[in-house]
Amino acid sequence: MATITYREAVRQAMRTAMLTDERVFLMGEDVGAYGGCFGVSMGLFEEFGPERIRDTPLSESAFVGAGIGAALGGMRPIVEIMTVNFSLLALDQIVNTAASLSHMSGGQFNVPVVIRMTTGAGRQLAAQHSHSFDGWYAHIPGIRVVAPATVEDAFGMMATALADPDPVLYLEHGGLYNTKGELPDAAGPVDIDRAAVRRSGKDLTLITYGGTLPTTMAAAEDLSGQGIDAEVIDLRTLRPLDDATFVDSVRRTHRAVVVDEGWRSGSISAEISARITEQAFYELDAPIGRVASKEVPTPYARHMEQAAIPSAEDIVTAARAAMRGES
Amino acid sequence: MGMFLMPSLGADMDEGTLLEWMVAPGDHVDKGDVVAVIDTAKSAIDVEVFESGVVAELLIEPGTLVPVGTPWARIDTEGAPAAGPAPEPEAAAEPEPVPAPVTEPEKRPAAAARLAPPIRHLIHQFGLRPGDVHGSGPDGQITRQDVLDAAGESKAEVAPAPAPAVPAPVSTPTAETSPARPRITPRARRLARERGVDLPGTAAADRVVTGADVPQRPPTKAPVDRTAAMRQATAALMARAAREIPHYYVVSTFDITDTLTWLREYNAQRKPRERVLPAVLFLRAAVLAAQEVPDLNGVWQEEFVASDGVDLGVAVATRSGGLVTPRIVGAQDLDLGGLMKHLADLVKRAKAGRLRASELQPGSITVSSLADSGPDLLYGVIYPPQVALVGVGAMGQRPWVVDGELAVRNTVTVTVSADHRATDGRTGARFLAALGKALTNPEEL
Amino acid sequence: MNETQARELVLAALADVAPEIDPDEFDPGTSLRDGADLDSMDFLAYVSAVSEAIDADIPEDDYDQLDSVDAAVTYLVARGSA
Repeated sequence: MATITYREAVRQAMRTAMLTDERVFLMGEDVGAYGGCFGVSMGLFEEFGPERIRDTPLSESAFVGAGIGAALGGMRPIVEIMTVNFSLLALDQIVNTAASLSHMSGGQFNVPVVIRMTTGAGRQLAAQHSHSFDGWYAHIPGIRVVAPATVEDAFGMMATALADPDPVLYLEHGGLYNTKGELPDAAGPVDIDRAAVRRSGKDLTLITYGGTLPTTMAAAEDLSGQGIDAEVIDLRTLRPLDDATFVDSVRRTHRAVVVDEGWRSGSISAEISARITEQAFYELDAPIGRVASKEVPTPYARHMEQAAIPSAEDIVTAARAAMRGES
Repeated sequence: MGMFLMPSLGADMDEGTLLEWMVAPGDHVDKGDVVAVIDTAKSAIDVEVFESGVVAELLIEPGTLVPVGTPWARIDTEGAPAAGPAPEPEAAAEPEPVPAPVTEPEKRPAAAARLAPPIRHLIHQFGLRPGDVHGSGPDGQITRQDVLDAAGESKAEVAPAPAPAVPAPVSTPTAETSPARPRITPRARRLARERGVDLPGTAAADRVVTGADVPQRPPTKAPVDRTAAMRQATAALMARAAREIPHYYVVSTFDITDTLTWLREYNAQRKPRERVLPAVLFLRAAVLAAQEVPDLNGVWQEEFVASDGVDLGVAVATRSGGLVTPRIVGAQDLDLGGLMKHLADLVKRAKAGRLRASELQPGSITVSSLADSGPDLLYGVIYPPQVALVGVGAMGQRPWVVDGELAVRNTVTVTVSADHRATDGRTGARFLAALGKALTNPEEL
Repeated sequence: MNETQARELVLAALADVAPEIDPDEFDPGTSLRDGADLDSMDFLAYVSAVSEAIDADIPEDDYDQLDSVDAAVTYLVARGSA
């Protein structure tokens, strides 16, 4: 057992994959000599060389397309897009090539590509560099979208994602890289199909994913001190959504609040709310609450950015409203 | 105008389930008419109305468990309200055959009797009474909006929603929107529906009715369970008797050979339906004794309260193995034949579970007879709040002394259990002697 | 009166007094007072019903002859032909 950072967990996951499967390689901007914009691939270039750790030009559409091509050709590429913000430039490749080829070819072609992206706000990177498009991508059929929030998941999901014959988007919230956790020495692959109950509770269900998990757990602690016993669910995968787990939870607690760093309008939190209403309407003792980022482009000033994204206080307020039967 | 309350159905019963209404709004009822049937632990009981009048409104739905004292119907009584002694009639220019109309407070809507069931339900949901709602419809009829308005008046101000941090493109509902609609969660509605209970009426705008607020339905007392429930009720009553009443007993054996002979002749002259059972002899003798020694005819309520007439309680075995003790009111006015007829009717209805509420009120004295079965004598337990119980053993041929010689005679042993707070042994003995005298002089019965 | 009529009549009178008795299952030889749990009031009501059905008196001395369905049937048939 070792205590490592989330960043280290991702690095080790990639390293392990490359050691065990020669088809696996990493490509992206500054992943090689620089060691990755966020330092995730530090040291890998020295270990595996330029053929397997490939620096790419500053053109997302081109290198994501190239990665898809490599996957079609039998490789298992890990394509790193520096942040989800830049993935917009490769949206056509992701949606119209990677997500669609298997279907459009009648199953003749699979695209086993893993696309890693850093997401989220909170580091004063301002409006263009603070997006959470996890929910947007979860809208697209033909791809999987995972959001590991713990060290164990950051490590274990990689192998499973690489083994998948279809594209997997691997979303790493920038605020999690420095978080620490324990990784067993014999840690192996974990599933990418199911949500996890991170905290059991009986009064209401808090549903979240990725970077807002620590905030939500802190809010649950707060609520516990106020006599409200919250159950916290980490979705882990956004596409497919493991609604069985969170609906079952709401059936027991009768109240739910969804915490989502995206904007609420047309978000994954809206999808989760709809599914709960569809499947557990007659169990509800309150409208389903949502805590999301304020509907503004993310501010640069620290205090304003903090006010714009979900905080533990926001979650506590929403939880208390739910306990009163209100939204 | 009378608000008819659920009457007490016996010393030990405090609630019953309304099974059905026997009248409808608009019906004329006379005092003593059966207006409803209630199911209690012991049996179904026909409930009589105490006043004559016209049924104005039925307040309780069949199937509801109703505690004693709950208003359950409104009867518009006839005649002027009893405000005091009737004034001297004015110059009899106009004979007034029609009873004076009932005076009503101005507020009450005139057509409260014509209350549509969904409206009544809505009123009930808000925890209101029909009298609280002003009817704006034709003839003062109450409309749905009337109910919502009435409910809205009683709500607290709703706090305005906090201003959102960002401009919301769609206008958010404010506190003005439909203030009267109660906020009940889907789960609460479902639970209320499944349990068959009413949703708790909520008049407060700041409270949401959730699943936790829906009452559990008390388990319905299935008829099959009645024996157990009856047992419980009897147990409670007998325990109370043992706790509160200091019993003493006086016992005598009587030679009823001649009485039984007399009875044979009496019966031979009559058709079977008019014949009298020996058991009735004891009832009649007890009634006469109660009139002669009234100290044992009444109830104990911190002191002895004598009864005007003899309301005779009779212990009747029901077919399910239970025991009920309905009373015959004014038994002193019944002769032997009348007593037999009344008893036969009472027993039939007791076994069918159709006794009347007035019959289940406590009597002034009770007779319990095991004359059909085996034991020679019965030391009975008094039914509180009465002060005496007559226990009759089995009649039978026994050795007796007649004119100094041993003979075989028909005898019966009668025990009087009495409350020592109300009487002492000498009085009990006098009662027993009076009973024996009546019993052995059948022509006087 | 023949036996079938008598039996019908007796069972009808009994049903009035003791409705829980199932005529198909009930042993017609059972003593009504001892076996079928009819008390003196029930028995008198039953005898009265029989008496009214045949529109004739049944003296108290004859009650014992009505103490079971079979006995009552025999009694009625005998009386009918008397």
